[in-house]
Parts: sequence; structure tokens; C-alpha cells
Amino acid sequence: MYTFSNKLKTFSIALIIIGAIGVAYGFMTSHKSFAEVETLLAVEAHHGGDHSEVASHDTHAGVHADDADVDGHKEHVEHVQHQIANRPWSALYVAAFFFMMIALGVLAFYAIQIASQAGWSPVLFRVMEGITAYVLPGALIVLAIAVASGTIGHYNLFIWMDPEVVAHDKLIQGKAGWLNIGWFAVRGLIFIAGWSLYRHFSRKFSIAQDTAEDNSNFKKSFRISAAFLVFFIYSESIMSWDWIMSVDPHWFSTLFGWYVFASMFVSGVTVIALVTIYLKSKGVLEFVNENHLHDVAKFMFALSIFWTYLWFSQFMLIWYSNIPEEVTYFVTRFNDYQLPFFGMVVMNFVFPLLLLMNADYKRVPWFVVMAGLVILFGHYIDIFVMIMPATVGDRWFIGIPEISSILLFAGLFIFVVFTALTKAPLLVKGYPFRKESEEFHY
Amino acid sequence: MEASKVIHAIYTDDDVLMSAVKKVKAERFHIEEIYTPFPVHGLDKAMGLAPTRIAITAFIYGLIGLTVAIVMMNFIMIEDWPQDIGGKPSFSYIENMPAFVPIMFELTVFFSAHLMVITFYLRSRMWPFKNAENPDPRTTDDHFLMEIAVDGNAEVLESLLADTGAVEINLVDKAH
Repeated sequence: MYTFSNKLKTFSIALIIIGAIGVAYGFMTSHKSFAEVETLLAVEAHHGGDHSEVASHDTHAGVHADDADVDGHKEHVEHVQHQIANRPWSALYVAAFFFMMIALGVLAFYAIQIASQAGWSPVLFRVMEGITAYVLPGALIVLAIAVASGTIGHYNLFIWMDPEVVAHDKLIQGKAGWLNIGWFAVRGLIFIAGWSLYRHFSRKFSIAQDTAEDNSNFKKSFRISAAFLVFFIYSESIMSWDWIMSVDPHWFSTLFGWYVFASMFVSGVTVIALVTIYLKSKGVLEFVNENHLHDVAKFMFALSIFWTYLWFSQFMLIWYSNIPEEVTYFVTRFNDYQLPFFGMVVMNFVFPLLLLMNADYKRVPWFVVMAGLVILFGHYIDIFVMIMPATVGDRWFIGIPEISSILLFAGLFIFVVFTALTKAPLLVKGYPFRKESEEFHY
Repeated sequence: MEASKVIHAIYTDDDVLMSAVKKVKAERFHIEEIYTPFPVHGLDKAMGLAPTRIAITAFIYGLIGLTVAIVMMNFIMIEDWPQDIGGKPSFSYIENMPAFVPIMFELTVFFSAHLMVITFYLRSRMWPFKNAENPDPRTTDDHFLMEIAVDGNAEVLESLLADTGAVEINLVDKAH
């Protein structure tokens, strides 16, 4: 049995507290009055800060297009005011989604390992089960923030939640059958229910198998894993349209679900590697050796390339055909998010490609940790670049609201995951492939 | 060089072969060569063979392929005749880069794969019409053959090999 060390527990709670304070600060400082924004813009214009009205009318341009008699200046100030108010919401949402998707990616990986009857990974099952404990709270938090942004907040994430926007927007009206808060929340709850039910039962069977006389629990978990994977790929696709793509309700992409999936999958596998290395360094995973690490690192390497493949496929198809209604998505990112947009390709592709190509390096823990941290940070930026252009536009920055949100959810993630790890022995005793996995070598 | 003699010890099981290799290595005899009908996992480690460097060559070939692709398309599409083809920006390489990526990728893989295979053939001395160097045709089916150089210690070696479970031990003149 693993015991959650007091040091780590204190650390995670400290992260939660510091993060919560920073998030609260972000919300307190983001409600600027009309006059305040007006002076802010005047100061920026004075200093040569070129936030031209044309450039910042990206997402809401269609919204106000009909109101020809509205004063341009007033409209611009209100637009910026809204963007500033969106920032803490978006920062919170990006961080919440990022940690949720890690847990969800691990859940998918776990189901694949069971369904494919992998012989190398059973010694890592308890680590994966620990990480997936975050799926339920994490996903509920994401959905809660999404819904709250439309009910408590002032439509700070999804403009399709704003009835006034919808009233003036034919395109969103056409999608209103799908994009309305009620149905959005119900869909989200169905997905979360499906994921957590699988997580609950696979964990239950896994623990029951430890003391079982026969393989019936293993067979049951095999069956539900196969069923879950079918459910997962549908629900994950739809979740990515709902929770991410709908921040840009005028835009759509067909491979978006896969793209988000690749991001969550590689982040999940990376976190498996990091948690495994941490627990191994504490001496509680003697049965895990460098061969297991090598296999996990191979997954990190291959999935990073898979992510890049999808990123490029989505980008290149839209860039090549350059159809105005699709390409605005990337135009915004090119103009206002150049560094994060291209920086994440370096972090998520070039870095892992060069660092993890060598077979010997994949067996060195500190090397995998370094590569893993770069990958995780890169995928945070990936989610950041998906959400932020639609909500805060060119008013983005990685400052107190963003970093505090990361700290808040990192603390929560560590707390939930390591608490779950203490609940069961770290080796799956009765699992049929345990012996093979313990003696696995590459 | 003196007339070289070798001992051919023949085994019928790869596990027996592996333990024989370890014993022969422990007695510090030099194994010239081992012939097996299929890859025996861990044999190279037991024999103490140096790891292959073919992956490193493949990486270098890949870089060459990438360079070829970039230089070729930069010259053709950007420098030599920068036409406007369907509104694609041909002012600089980077502006039109996404359109070149599929070719950059394929040429990287092409160079890496083909040159590595050719390197493998050259290093393992394999080509059409090459005379097979098989000392015993049974090694292509179900026998394993260990070849050890004899240095005036044939009896010692023979008794050692007999202990390791060899089914057949032959002292042969190696006509070079």
C-alpha cells in the first residue's frame, strides 16, 4: 500500500490555496467599467499599442453587424470590456479542461490496454486507475464552469449561450437545435456518467480480481472495456464539439474530435510516465523497471507525432483551400497568437521527436521527465490556443489568472490522484497477465 | 597465416545453444560465427556483439532526404520560376511551406528507408548471385551451428562442446 506523504499532501493543498487566491484576484480585477476600459484604450492608443478596431472584431463582428446605428466607439469599448471580463473565465476553463483531459486520456489508454490484453502494462494499471479518479470531479468541474459562464457569468465562454447574440445571428440560430444550454448540459452529464460508470466498474473488477479464485472479473472488465471504447470515441468527439469547438460557433472542422483526442491521449500517457517515475523513486513500485518506462516513452513519442499529424492535417487543409468561413479560425491565431501557436508545435513535436527518438534516452527517468514536462506544457498551450482566441481575442496573456488556474487544478489533480492511489495495493495481484508484465523486458 | 582449422558444433535447440554460448564465452574461447535458422532472441548479447548503428545511419539519411526536398522545392517553386499557381504565395519558402510538407515528409522517409536498406546489404555483404556461405544446409531448417577457431587445443574444446549438449562436433579445415 502506498501512503500519501504529508509533504506532497501539503504541497497539493498549498497549490489549491495559492491558485484559488489567484483565481479570485483574476475575477476581481476583470470587471472594468465602461469608463475604465475607455481610458485604458486611450492610454494604449497613446503608447502606440495598436489594438485596432478591425483586428479585435473577430468573434463578435457578425453579432453587431446589423446594428448599424450603434456608435462604433461605444461598440469597440464594450467589445474590449467583454474580452477583459472573459479572461479569468477562460483561464479557469482552459486549466480545468487540461487536467480533466489528462484523466480522460488515461482512462481511454487503460481501456485499450485491457481490451488489447497487453502483456507489458498490467503493473501500471493501479497508477492509471489512480489518475482516472480525477475523471468524475474534473469533468463535472469543466461542465459546471461551462454552464456557469452562461448562467452566473455574462456569457463569458460561449457566445451562443447569449440570447441577444443568437437573436442577431442567423448562423447560430441554425445551430440552436444543438447549441442550447439545456441540451448542452444534458449531453455533458450523459458523457460524464458514461465515463465515470466505466471507471467505477473497471476499478471495482480490478480490485475484486486481486482476491478472486477465477478470471470472471477479468472477463467482465475486458467486456466493459471494449464497450466503453465504442462509447468513448463517440462521446469524446461530441464532447470536443461541445466543450471546445463551440466557443467558435461559426466555425467547424471534421477532424476536431480526433485532434482533441490526440492531445488528451498523449498528455495522459505522459502523466502516467511522470507518476510512475515519481512512485518508483519513492520505492513503492519495485516491479516496474526501465523496460516499462521505455514502452511508455515510446507511446509519448509516437502519440506526439500522431498529434502533430492531426494538427497539421487540420491546419494544412484549411490553409490550402483558404475558404473564408473556415480560414478565419487560423487567421486569428496567426495574427494574435503567433508565439503560442507555433511554439506549441515545437514543444509538442520537435522536442519529443528529437529527445525521445533514441532508445537509450527513453530508459533514463530524468530524461523522460524533462521531455514529459515539455509535452504537458505544450498541450496546455494547445488548449489555450483553442479557447482563448474566441473569448479574449488579442487581450491574452499568461499572467496571474492563467497561472493560478493551473496551480489550482494541478493541486486538485495531485490531491485526488494520490488519494486514490492509497486506496488499493499498487500491484494488480490476480490479473492474468501480471506475471508476464512483471517479467516484461524489451 | 597457418592452415586454419575450425570446430563446428551443431545444436538442435536454441535454449541449449544459448547456454552453450555462455559456457564457451566463460571459458574465453573465441566464437567465430553462429548459424541459426531464425533469430534467437538475446544471442547477440550472449555473444557480446557490439550493438548495431544502423538506426543512426537511418537518422542521418533522413536528414539528407529532408534537405534534398527543401533545396529542390525552394529552387523550383520559389527561386527558378515563382509562378502564381492558384493564389499560393510563392514569395518565400516559409510562406508556401505547408504545401511542401507532404513531399518533405515522404522524401525523408524514402531516403531514410532505402539508404538504410542498402547500407544493410552492403554491411552484411548481400547481393544477387552471391555465393551462399552456409557451412551446413541443415542450419537453414532446424539446426544451430557454432563455429570456433582451433588453436592447437582441439581436444579441450571438443570435450567442452560435448558437455554443452552439442549433437555433433566436427573438426574442419577451413579453406579460405
